[in-house]
Amino acid sequence: MRTVYTMVKRELRAYFHSSIAYAIIFMFLFISGYFFFAGMNAYGLASFEMSKMAQRVGPRELTIAGFVVAPLLGNMSVVLLMMAPLLTMRLFSEEKKNGSIELLFTWPVTDFQMVMGKYLASLAVVAIMLGLTLPYVGFIWLHTTPPWSHILSGYMGLFMLAASFLSLGLFFSTLTENQIVSAVLSFGALLIFWVMGWTAGGNTDWLSELIKYFSILEHFQNPSRGVLDTRDVVYYFSFIVFFLFLSLRALEAEKIGG
Amino acid sequence: MIRAENISKKYGAHLALDNLSFEVEKGEICGFLGPNGAGKTTMMRILTGYMPPSAGRATVAGFNAMENPMEVKKRIGYLPETTPLYTDMRVAEYLDFVAELKGLTSRDERRRKVADVMESAMITDRQRTLIKALSKGYRQRVGLAQALLNDPEALVLDEPSIGLDPKQIVEIRSLIRNLAGKRTIILSSHILPEVQMICSRVLIINNGRLVASDTISGLTAGNVRKVSVRMICPAAEAQEALLRTGGVLRMEKREESNGVVFFDLFLQEDLDLTLWRRKLLEMVNQKSWDLVDLLCSAAVPLEETYIRLISSDLTGPEMEDGKEQDGEVAGSSAQEQSSASQDSNNLAPGADNGEVMKP
Repeated sequence: MRTVYTMVKRELRAYFHSSIAYAIIFMFLFISGYFFFAGMNAYGLASFEMSKMAQRVGPRELTIAGFVVAPLLGNMSVVLLMMAPLLTMRLFSEEKKNGSIELLFTWPVTDFQMVMGKYLASLAVVAIMLGLTLPYVGFIWLHTTPPWSHILSGYMGLFMLAASFLSLGLFFSTLTENQIVSAVLSFGALLIFWVMGWTAGGNTDWLSELIKYFSILEHFQNPSRGVLDTRDVVYYFSFIVFFLFLSLRALEAEKIGG
Repeated sequence: MIRAENISKKYGAHLALDNLSFEVEKGEICGFLGPNGAGKTTMMRILTGYMPPSAGRATVAGFNAMENPMEVKKRIGYLPETTPLYTDMRVAEYLDFVAELKGLTSRDERRRKVADVMESAMITDRQRTLIKALSKGYRQRVGLAQALLNDPEALVLDEPSIGLDPKQIVEIRSLIRNLAGKRTIILSSHILPEVQMICSRVLIINNGRLVASDTISGLTAGNVRKVSVRMICPAAEAQEALLRTGGVLRMEKREESNGVVFFDLFLQEDLDLTLWRRKLLEMVNQKSWDLVDLLCSAAVPLEETYIRLISSDLTGPEMEDGKEQDGEVAGSSAQEQSSASQDSNNLAPGADNGEVMKP
């Protein structure tokens, strides 16, 4: 445990000593801030229109959850999809490129500790990044009661989603010493997991259901609507474990193959 | 302390190590010698637990490097050839990180230990410097410092003096010598005088096979000694006369200009040089020739053995050429010697494993 902690510290230092973490967090906050601003704006406008229309057509449902929070979560998930490979690409590729993995392998650190250290460090960066979007919630709170349960489940879903992205990215960084290759492969693979549900469309035969089950996007529908389903949690959890396991195997293969 | 039993390592179809066995006793400084690509680094990586062998067992302090890698890693300090450090960290910060990974959990203990190894590696004055701003020599020392952090029983150093300037080489050699005694040290090198100076025992590896394992004196026994003579004399007559002085195994005429002839003589190593020199002078006086120069080269006997072992292993009977070629350039600086030995490897004709031998 101590070793993992040491690894996390060093990886975080590497993230924040270079400009990677700052660049990624800055762009993420900038883009999500824009979406939040746009959502709030649209909500304000719609409320104003609605107040006039309601006298004629009767009240329509207009909630901050549906108008601001859900789209914001959806948009943030897409931005995360693009940022996650950039966070993970250096984890093992960089060490392989400059050879420092040779020393790492000869220090008393197990492969598992190595993988966990690097994974948790990237997860910590994402946690910081998501944490920095919490002022948006405060902003809602200034004006009205935020839909707490929706926000909570949304953020948990977002965090699990990001954790899945990172585990896949980590795996691809164990495969190559080229960071760009690592990022491109991770991004491509994530995109496939993202869109594979689309082919199934509205079909309900077993194959379509199966494909839909494997799609990452499908499992983000519930959390982004404010529902936390154990099925989704199980999916994300198995996704993460699977790719961390593959990373371990890849490291082992690396050693045997030299 | 360190034991390798029938180690083989395959990279795909290429056999990098072929059934290698040896043992290094506690407190010994053992030198790995061999041309580039001979398998030195592979062997070291196996000993440190970085990679498993395809067959065989490697044990350090009684622990199998494959079955019990953690125990081995705790007891070993490793300096890889390229000294791959985290260049975005400062020296002290980096050493602190490695110390923590190596199990020094208390902050005070770590600070003491880091200060300790920085002092023995002579880098205390650079502790606040970013590693990327350090010169090759300093990086090498940081690499050595990190290897020492866990007070390793065994130190494995892959080409510790490569890329250093002459002053740094002298410093790092004395540092390594100071570390010996309570630690077992394995170091690889292709600078022969260095090995001769530091190591108590030598393992010579070629094409993944162990071709010799002995003490320095054991390896150099029975070697020849080279003497260069420059005289003003008739060449042909002198050649015959010189051969008659006794103890001359073979000789070569290197050049002849304005009546000055330059010979290289190879003498038996156990020959009494003083006596032989007297005999030579007598002869020169008798014939009233003029002795311009007599140079008994500071012998590098290990080189002779090394070349013989490596070349014979490669090409069998054809190697005589290679040996003589080398005889001509033997001498002077360490750098020259190492390149000379490589040259002679490349010169060896018909080497079936030629691609491994490229420098």
